[in-house]
Amino acid sequence: MEIELKELRHGTELLKRGFASMQKGGVIMDVTNPKEAKIAEEAGAVAVMALHKVPADIRASGGIARMADPAVISAIIEAVTIPVMAKTRIGHFVESEILEALGVDMIDESEVLTPVDTHHIDKTRFTVPFVCGARDLGEALRRIAEGAAMIRTKGEAGTGDVKEAVRHMKLIMGTIRELRGKNEEELMDIARKIEAPIDLVVETAKLGRLPVVNFAAGGIATPADAALMMKLGADGVFVGSGIFKSSDPVRMAHAIVDAVNNFDDPAKLAEISKGLGDPMKGIEVGSIPREELLQVRGW
Amino acid sequence: MKIALIALQGDVSEHKRAIEAAGGEVVLVKCRGFLTDCEGIVIPGGESTTFMRLMRRAGIDRELVEAKDAGKAIFGTCAGLVILGRSEYGLGLIDAEVERNVFGTQRESFEAMLKIPVLGEEPFRAIFIRAPVIKEAGVGVEVLARIEGGIVLARQGKILVSAFHPELLGDSRLFEYFLRMIEDA
Repeated sequence: MEIELKELRHGTELLKRGFASMQKGGVIMDVTNPKEAKIAEEAGAVAVMALHKVPADIRASGGIARMADPAVISAIIEAVTIPVMAKTRIGHFVESEILEALGVDMIDESEVLTPVDTHHIDKTRFTVPFVCGARDLGEALRRIAEGAAMIRTKGEAGTGDVKEAVRHMKLIMGTIRELRGKNEEELMDIARKIEAPIDLVVETAKLGRLPVVNFAAGGIATPADAALMMKLGADGVFVGSGIFKSSDPVRMAHAIVDAVNNFDDPAKLAEISKGLGDPMKGIEVGSIPREELLQVRGW
Repeated sequence: MKIALIALQGDVSEHKRAIEAAGGEVVLVKCRGFLTDCEGIVIPGGESTTFMRLMRRAGIDRELVEAKDAGKAIFGTCAGLVILGRSEYGLGLIDAEVERNVFGTQRESFEAMLKIPVLGEEPFRAIFIRAPVIKEAGVGVEVLARIEGGIVLARQGKILVSAFHPELLGDSRLFEYFLRMIEDA
């Protein structure tokens, strides 16, 4: 009854989406070195996202933001047993090929880095799964059509202001609710309006949710923020600058994991939120000039 | 039949659907005090490191040991296998030495058509995601399927473990087998 390993199939849609499903109910934390990755793992993160600088620092320093140093990514992969993800620039498929060769478990085609093309990467060509940002249902379904196995709300990364993540999540969930009860012809109109493939619109209508796992991201800075996003229907959360820009990253990381786990229990959330020190200072989204917003990158 | 599904993290909704398709009734469990009311317990797939930490914080790890001693049937898939088996991440409730991420990272995750004699002739489309395997099993462990690299489905008494994900597809045979295990006891 033994089977040969050469008969196996790799990189199928099922394996990619299945990997994303295993992350559900979890927190994925941005880290820039193995030490931070260990802190994240110890706190109970389901995965870490390796990048050169957290979004708040990218925002502050300006310039071109690129894929992280492969030496650092390899060191992070060595340091933890949980999955390691890494960010690639929108359209930069060679960075993605390098990340796949390094053995990262998932690639984030991310608006936090500087885009290089008006086309997103053809993600179906890859064996490793991709996660992509989205602000609305049309954008989410376009990314899924290109092969994304997981979606995250874009929010406005590096701000510590969760309002855009809230807006994006509500917009996606609300548009999915609007699909209910529509016939094929009406769904076709919607597909045209939101610029999404009709088959994915039909599938979403049938499922009553996105066909892939949907996490929240962009501006989550406290346990209450994380629980809020779970309440709005997120399958899990990404926390970028919110942990390592707080005054006590170890406690904040633990607290956000516990908050996602107990998002529907206000009494527990109250305990979890006590005495965590200062969350990241942050910057109000409304005060950022439109041309400096990260969420408008990608289409 | 009431099945407690430990719902701390991972693909809980997929397991819920699969157990219900096999004819079980699911109770989602996130804290202590519910395992004793159920006839069977399922530990879903997820990230085993995270899952074990959350189980310890909730105190469900100790309760799982008590449930095993009380003769409850337990089924663990992927991360569930790691938690039930023997390794630094497991509780050792089944006499099996488990190694995690044996095949490598997600790039090496795979699908295989698996022959599982106890489920009948038709091969089982098995989904292995950053999968563990059983490297060595004690004499009391019945090996139900293996691939090159190790044992991927095994049973010891009322404990069932699989390295792959039977919940991700419509094939409910393995969950039906688990429910029969409870009925036959």
